[in-house]
Order: sequence, then structure tokens, then C-alpha cells
Amino acid sequence: MKVRAQIGKVLNLDKCIGCHTCSITCKNVWTSREGVEYAWFNNVESKPGVGFPKDWENQQRWNGGWERTPSGSIRPRMGGKWRLLAKIFANPDLPEIDDYYEPFTFDYGHLQSAPESKAFPTARPRSLITGERIEKIENGPNWEEILGGEFSKRSQDYNFEGVQKEIYGEFENTFMMYLPRLCEHCLNPTCVAACPSGSIYKREEDGIVLIDQEKCRGWRMCVSGCPYKKIYFNWKTGKSEKCIFCYPRIEAGEPTVCSETCVGRIRYLGVMLYDADRIEAAASTENVEDLYQEQLDIFLDPNDPEVIAQARKDGVPESWLEAARQSPVWKMAMEWKVAFPLHPEYRTLPMVWYVPPLSPINSAASAGKIAAHNGMPDVRSLRIPVKYLANLLTAGKEAPVIEALERMLAMRAYMRGKTVDGVIGEEIAREVGLTPAQIEEMYHVMAIANYEDRFVIPSGHREDVEDMYAEKGGCGFSLGNGCSGGTSSANLFGAPARKKLQTPTPQISGEVF
Amino acid sequence: MADFLHHLLFGIYPYLALAVLAVGSVIRYDREPYSWRAGSSQLLRRKQLIVGSVLFHVGALVIFLGHVGGLLTPIAIWDALGVPHGAKQLLAMVAGGVAGVMAIIGATLLIHRRFFDSRVRAASSFSDNMVIVLLWCQLALGLATIPVSAQHLDGHEMVKFMEWAQGIFTFRAGASDLIRDVAPVFKLHLFLGLTILLLFPFTRLVHMLSAPVRYIWRPGYQVVRSRRLAS
Repeated sequence: MKVRAQIGKVLNLDKCIGCHTCSITCKNVWTSREGVEYAWFNNVESKPGVGFPKDWENQQRWNGGWERTPSGSIRPRMGGKWRLLAKIFANPDLPEIDDYYEPFTFDYGHLQSAPESKAFPTARPRSLITGERIEKIENGPNWEEILGGEFSKRSQDYNFEGVQKEIYGEFENTFMMYLPRLCEHCLNPTCVAACPSGSIYKREEDGIVLIDQEKCRGWRMCVSGCPYKKIYFNWKTGKSEKCIFCYPRIEAGEPTVCSETCVGRIRYLGVMLYDADRIEAAASTENVEDLYQEQLDIFLDPNDPEVIAQARKDGVPESWLEAARQSPVWKMAMEWKVAFPLHPEYRTLPMVWYVPPLSPINSAASAGKIAAHNGMPDVRSLRIPVKYLANLLTAGKEAPVIEALERMLAMRAYMRGKTVDGVIGEEIAREVGLTPAQIEEMYHVMAIANYEDRFVIPSGHREDVEDMYAEKGGCGFSLGNGCSGGTSSANLFGAPARKKLQTPTPQISGEVF
Repeated sequence: MADFLHHLLFGIYPYLALAVLAVGSVIRYDREPYSWRAGSSQLLRRKQLIVGSVLFHVGALVIFLGHVGGLLTPIAIWDALGVPHGAKQLLAMVAGGVAGVMAIIGATLLIHRRFFDSRVRAASSFSDNMVIVLLWCQLALGLATIPVSAQHLDGHEMVKFMEWAQGIFTFRAGASDLIRDVAPVFKLHLFLGLTILLLFPFTRLVHMLSAPVRYIWRPGYQVVRSRRLAS
């Protein structure tokens, strides 16, 4: 057993309203730069749909994630190391920018400078790459917003596998959900495995997966390796970039920007302890339907004295162990089993988990044709097909998703009984395998979702790892070499020119004396 | 004057170029690691790149290794192996010719893409444009030497270049005299080659030095970094 800690994340899709605040705040902080205009470390997709970039879930096309060889080991779907290197001159698995979208802006200035005319002046689009006019915008970061586009296109959604999808194209049977996506900070990341330079790494102390910008050579294998297509190639700098899980904030004990600004309070951050020695075995499980359970088995109980002892030996700080015991992620993933990994069949063991959404019951059920029990409808009569959610979250295994949805319905029935009728519905809780106390805690964490219940983040222990005195007056987080301001005018070597930071003191003193 | 110029270009300029190549690359690697990258434009336009880049890179790699091995392996070794000079020259002409044709077809596609595709053009720097044009010219000059070589198939001209290159690397005085009377197309090819070495640290060519061969024997697949100080 080797105990490591990671800040895990859960998104409660039942409460996501698709407002895109997470995407926008993330964009403003991290990717409002030339070269990554098209990159969204966090984006929100309307499902069903092909997503962003187009068709990202189709691994027959992009070869992301891992595959299990007949001998029982795993290797990247792109191929083993030799085959992967053979793709280095031209990577056939790399999306083109049109699979995302060509970044654009509008000629806003024209609205002010246009001469007097009969027709109202308009701001027409212009490419942010070439600066040329775009006559028609063909694609965007959220092209399928609220089921935009024809069903025939959206129904290419990979998660319809095994679902009779034709009937969901009908107006009466249509359904929709939002899926906010970011880097999964996987336990078994394929991007790391596919990086020929060894520039991508997982941090031991908090599990965040980062790209060393100074070591990245732009071989672009990670873009293909990541099955979630959450690594973006910066076409300006020639280096790959990805979600950094706002590590400067996490280190300071603050939630990521997307979590902090989520108006629906759907995001949870907490410590998960896991056994690093068992990652490979779990990821190599034969049947993809077992991968969800295998990942649960890697997680270690923070209350187990044996785990605590080993964690101390492995250098997990005491504050992290305490946080692990309070972790909302542990509660949702392990205790109540209402959160699931996104596409576990990719064998990456992702660490951003999702609570599946409830949906209105379909017309047949409301017409009384499907029996309700304890005021709770059968979850199979919900509008979003269980099979669809299972394809998304458990590699097609329906039982765990059904249990989670039933528990969420039970929470509602229990609390309705308690607050409206003044009755404690013990049997409601018992039927879904929970106690009334657990249901009440579930309600407190998932429905009320106070700030301190959503985010239990121990601060990093930099004093253990760095000479803080040497850090004094350092420039903190920056792109590029040292204290570069990130301007795009180049120096002799084609790198952004460095701004010279000056304190005004010497000049002032020079004038005075 | 012609003598002086010849000595300047093939006796002194090589040291200038090699010194700038070495020192420039070290400084850039140390000071500007953020700028050290292959500079792929595949994301912006896939068309023409798959064929062009593979042809160009495979051809250029064969040519590069052929030049390094062919020029810098001491003549004594070839003699000990029993390879006649004429045979070695023929091998160089055929292998170099095939690889050269591959590379120049690839480079032509890449140049067309770089100058006529609006996205790639917009994302290109002056150095990106210059380097592909220089490489194309160098490939053309290299291919142009083949008919000249065919005039003398006994290998004695080739040996001159080997002795010159080895003379430069072993600091032999008067190395430039060895190639005084070779055909002008060879001299042009040499001069442009040295110039490319001189410009190397200031262009995207530095990605050659980062060829990720280490990946093959990197243990396992995962990379985990710890910030804990080694106690």
C-alpha cells in the first residue's frame, strides 16, 4: 500500500442550470490569450450532442485513452511507445482547429465608425487567427446549446449506444442535460503516458496533472492521448496547455475558479486518499463495466487506523488526513454512492466525478401507467434514459446509476415527508439502504450545499518543500521564463520579450538627492 | 583575394558557425526553455501536412545521418572495412538521391502550405518562413551535386570533403585548401549548410536536439513529481 492524496471533485448535475459561469470565469482567468482563444479548460455541453470538440467521445476516431492488450496489460490506444513515436512527424489522431472552432471576434469598431447609411451598421465576424473576414461562423464552443441543431446530428452522440434513440428525436420524448467538463486529473492519465518529452506529470502531493511548459516540445501526442480532449495545443506558442486545477488557489486552500463561481453550487472539492500501488491493476481490469467498482476499491478509508498510519509514513500531512475525513467527495462517491466517474471505460481512472441528474417523469408514467411507490416514480420512467446515463458514467452498467437516482429521489421524498407532513420516513431511507441520519446529511451537503460543506481544501505545505526565504519577492505565477509579462513581441530566440520590472524607488531617490 | 575568400568561407566560417551553433543552443536551452519547441502547425491545417511532413522528415533524417556518418567517419575505418571509395560514393549518391527527392517533395508541399494557407501563414514567424526556404534551397543544391558527382565515380572528390570535414573537427591548419578546386555547386552547398548551422539556435530547428528517443526506455508510462525535498 502506498497512500497518496488527491483533491478530487464532484459535479452535481442534478443542479446544473447550464449558465456557463464556470466556463467564462475560467476563460477570463486562464485562456484569454492569443493561441488559446479556442481552448476552454472548462466547458459546458448540452447532452445529448456530439460535444466539444466535435465527437470527442468517439475513440475509434481519436484513439484517446487506454486499451487492454490480450496479454492483460494496458497501453495507450494510440499505440505503444514505438508506434506513438512513429506518429511524431504528422499525428493522424490530432483534431484540427475546425473540430473545435475557428476563434473569432466581431468588428465592433465599425458600429462607431460607420458613415451614415440607410441600413443599420453591423459588426461582422473576423477570424482571430488570420484576421480575415469570416462570412459564416460554422462552429463554436457551445454549438449545441439547449439542443441546438438537428437531432440527426446530435444523435451521433456516442452515449446513445444500446438506446433506441429514434424515439428521443420526437418532441414529446426529447430530453436534455448539461455536462460541464474539465480536465479529469486522472489517476492513470493517458496524456502523461503519451508525452514523449516527459513534460506532463502528476503531482504527488495533490494529484494535479500539469504540463511543464519549459519541457514541453510541442509533439502534440497528449492532445490525442487524452480521451476527454482536455489538452489544447496553443498554436501561438507551439506548446500544449491544459486545466491546471487552479493550483495556485488550491495550494492556498481555496477552491478552483470554476467551483468558486458556480452559481448553482454544484461543485464539490475534497481530499481522496488512494492506493497508488493498485492503479495499474485496477486500470487493467478485463471487463470495462467493472472499472467503476475497481476505482472505488482503490480509494482508502480515511478513518481506517491502518490507512492513517501508512499515510503518515508516506508523508501525507496531518491537515490533509483531517480534510480527508471531512471530504464531501468521499461522502458522495463512497458513502452514498451517488457520484460516478466520467467514461470509466477509457481506463484513465478520472478524478472529477458526476452526480447523475434526475429528470421529469415521462408522459406514460404521469398518466398513471407506471406505478409509483411511496410517491416516488420508478427511475426507469424518468425522461433521461438510465442506459444513457450509464453509458456516460459507468461504462454501461445500469445498477449503480439506478441506485443513485433512487437515493436522490428518496432524499426528496424523505425531506418532503419531514418538512411538509412532519413524518420521519424511516422506511423510505431503509429501502434505499441508508439511515435517516445519512439522508439528512445528504440533504445538508447536496441540497443546502453550504460553502464550507462543498469545499474542504487543506492548504499546501510549501514550507516543507521550498526555502520560503528564497521565494521572497518572487514573481509568483507566470507564463514563460521567469517574470515574463507574456507579451507577444519576440526576443532573439523567438520567445516573448521579458518585461523588466522596476521599482520606482531608485529613480525617486535619484531625483531627490 | 579569391584565396582569402575561400579560406574565410571554408577555413574560418565553419568555426564561427559551429561556435554559434553550440553556444547559442546552450544559451537558448538554459535561458529560453519556453521557446524551445517543434512549432507544429498541424492543428491549424491538416491538409498537406501529413504527406509533406512525413516525406520531409524521413528524407531529411536519412540525409542528416548520411552526412554525419559519411563525412565524419575516418577514412581509415572505411578502408579497414574494405569499402572502396567508389562504392561509398555510389551509396551516398543513391541513398542521398532517393532521400533528397523525398525530402524536397515534402519541403515543397510544406512551403506551399506555409505561404499559401492563410492560417499557417498568419501563424508563421519570419524565422519559420526563412528556415523552410533555406532547407528547400539546400536540398536542391544537394540534389544538384549528384550529376556533378557522376562525372567522377572513383570517390576521390568525396574523400576531399571527408578530409576537409574531419580536418575542421580536428583543427587541422589548412583544411580549406583540401577543397579549393571542387565544383562551385559543392561550395555553394557547403556554404549554405554552414549558414544553416549558424542560424540553427535562432530557429525552430532546435527541436532536433530534443528528439524524444528517451521516451522509448522511459520506465513505465506514468510520471509523478514530488515537491518534497530529498531528505
